[in-house]
Amino acid sequence: MQPIIRVSNLSKTYAGGFQALKNVDLEIHKGEIFGLLGPNGAGKTTLINIVCGIVTITSGTVTVAGYDIVADYRETRSRIGLVPQELPTETFETPFNVCRLSRGLFGKPEDPEYIEKVLRSLSLWDRKDEKIMLLSGGMKRRVLISKALAHEPDILFLDEPTAGVDVELRQDMWNVVQSLRESGVTVILTTHYIEEAEQLADRVGVINNGEIILVQEKTRLMQELGKKELVLQLSESLASVPAQLAEYKLELNDSGMELTYHYDTKQERTGITALLAALHDAGIKFNDLSTSQTSLEEIFVGLVNKGT
Amino acid sequence: MNFYAIKAIYRTEMARMMRTIVQSIVAPVLSTTLYFVIFGAAIGSQIKEIDGVAYGAFIVPGLIMLAIMTESISNSSFAIYFPKFTGTIFELLSAPVSFVEVVLGYVGAAASKSIVIGLIILGTASFFIDLEIAHPVIMLLFLVLISVSFSLFGFILGIWADGWEKLTIVPVLVIMPLTFLGGTFYSISMLPPAWQTVSLFNPVVYLISGFRWAFYENADVAIGLSLGMVLGFLFLCLFAVHWIFKTGYKLRS
Ligand SMILES: Nc1ncnc2c1ncn2[C@@H]1O[C@H](COP(=O)(O)OP(=O)(O)O)[C@@H](O)[C@H]1O
Ligand SMILES: [Mg+2]
Repeated sequence: MQPIIRVSNLSKTYAGGFQALKNVDLEIHKGEIFGLLGPNGAGKTTLINIVCGIVTITSGTVTVAGYDIVADYRETRSRIGLVPQELPTETFETPFNVCRLSRGLFGKPEDPEYIEKVLRSLSLWDRKDEKIMLLSGGMKRRVLISKALAHEPDILFLDEPTAGVDVELRQDMWNVVQSLRESGVTVILTTHYIEEAEQLADRVGVINNGEIILVQEKTRLMQELGKKELVLQLSESLASVPAQLAEYKLELNDSGMELTYHYDTKQERTGITALLAALHDAGIKFNDLSTSQTSLEEIFVGLVNKGT
Repeated sequence: MNFYAIKAIYRTEMARMMRTIVQSIVAPVLSTTLYFVIFGAAIGSQIKEIDGVAYGAFIVPGLIMLAIMTESISNSSFAIYFPKFTGTIFELLSAPVSFVEVVLGYVGAAASKSIVIGLIILGTASFFIDLEIAHPVIMLLFLVLISVSFSLFGFILGIWADGWEKLTIVPVLVIMPLTFLGGTFYSISMLPPAWQTVSLFNPVVYLISGFRWAFYENADVAIGLSLGMVLGFLFLCLFAVHWIFKTGYKLRS
């Protein structure tokens, strides 16, 4: 299947000479939720703004639904909705009016019922006629999301959607994202909060210093890079790990009451059964055992550190 | 062509003007009316008529022109500067629109408002002064062309400006003096020859002269030349806006 967004060999050098993107290649599949992860200054916003037409390309190409974003900008832009990172709002306008303006700007005929639906889904309907400057920061973000959805886009960009957002709004936002996904909308969100990508995304791309380091299905990423560990609480303390268990590279904690075994989920055999048998043979008894998995956060920190 | 976008911008802009009707319509009408009442009475008692036109009536076209030029500039420059200032311009930049839709929306709205203001002032003036309009069609043509071209100019100013002072400086420091020195209150032919020559370098002279010709058939320069100047200015501004959107000057990084 043809990707809905294809970024090829994209580079961006800002007027000051700073290179924010370096030969970026990226494909986004139709209907997926893609998480673009990276520390501050990695180039996430730059990449999004280029696809949306706000920032110009230095070299390379981007296509959306098969159309070039420069030559066929009307085709590409009308399919895209953007919720920007900052919170710029029309201070003297009302939520309803700005949504109506957005819808028109993106080439759609008026549809007050649809705008009502969007405003209701973001709990804004009661305040649709208030001046935006009188709304709180969270409410302003809701207005921005409504604006981005007002023209029924096929692709939605959320740039750092939950930075400084309260729990309630976060929940509303995820509900909106889930229902968009069910209706076939492709969602691309940038974040430096790992949990966000971990919870929502189907695939994750990691960007650092203007380079895409990795793109992976989230579950596979966690499997491939995720190390698991098995921790055994021993019944009696051990002075050292017996020699016959050396092949398992066990770690003994200082108190001698805890053994940790590292294994890789991508290997066919985890070695756990064999280890347990070997422990039994060595006469080591344990009260409890637990396993834990590396979070995307740890993977991410590992990757970024390796890249620098 | 994205007609929905034109309509959406135009409608939003017109709604903004209606919201601020006192500031955007009442104020310019009132101040212009004061101008022609006071100047007409004060100077009119000294100068009875110029080129066969009563002084009070003579100054009306120039004052209308001043009002629509300053209003056009300040309206459209503000309309585009404000989104730039607050950041909401991101939406316009990411929308499937070209400079054609943006200009038709913003400049169309600003020019519409100027035309309305011009007509209201004209109506008000006719209460105080005996006005005759020899060529109503040409008068309207000038009103429209000047409103449109100065709204375009204001639009460019709004994109170029990176501070509030720059927005206000041009109407006050350029348009106003050029208008006052451009034959609003006198006929260029009343000046010493050297100043007549200098005046011909003032583009506003051509605009006022043409507009006044439509009323009283007397002009400092030929009507064709006036029309040519207005059209020339219009195309210059159109070209500049086209270039701005093509290159993303001051808009896209
Ligand atoms: N308009 C600009 N001019 C110059 N440099 C910029 C501009 N916008 C962003 N940058 C620089 O580009 C880099 C990437 O920024 P950005 O894309 O905003 O990163 P992120 O969204 O991942 O935090 C940063 O170092 C930033 O300082
Ligand atoms: Mg960013």
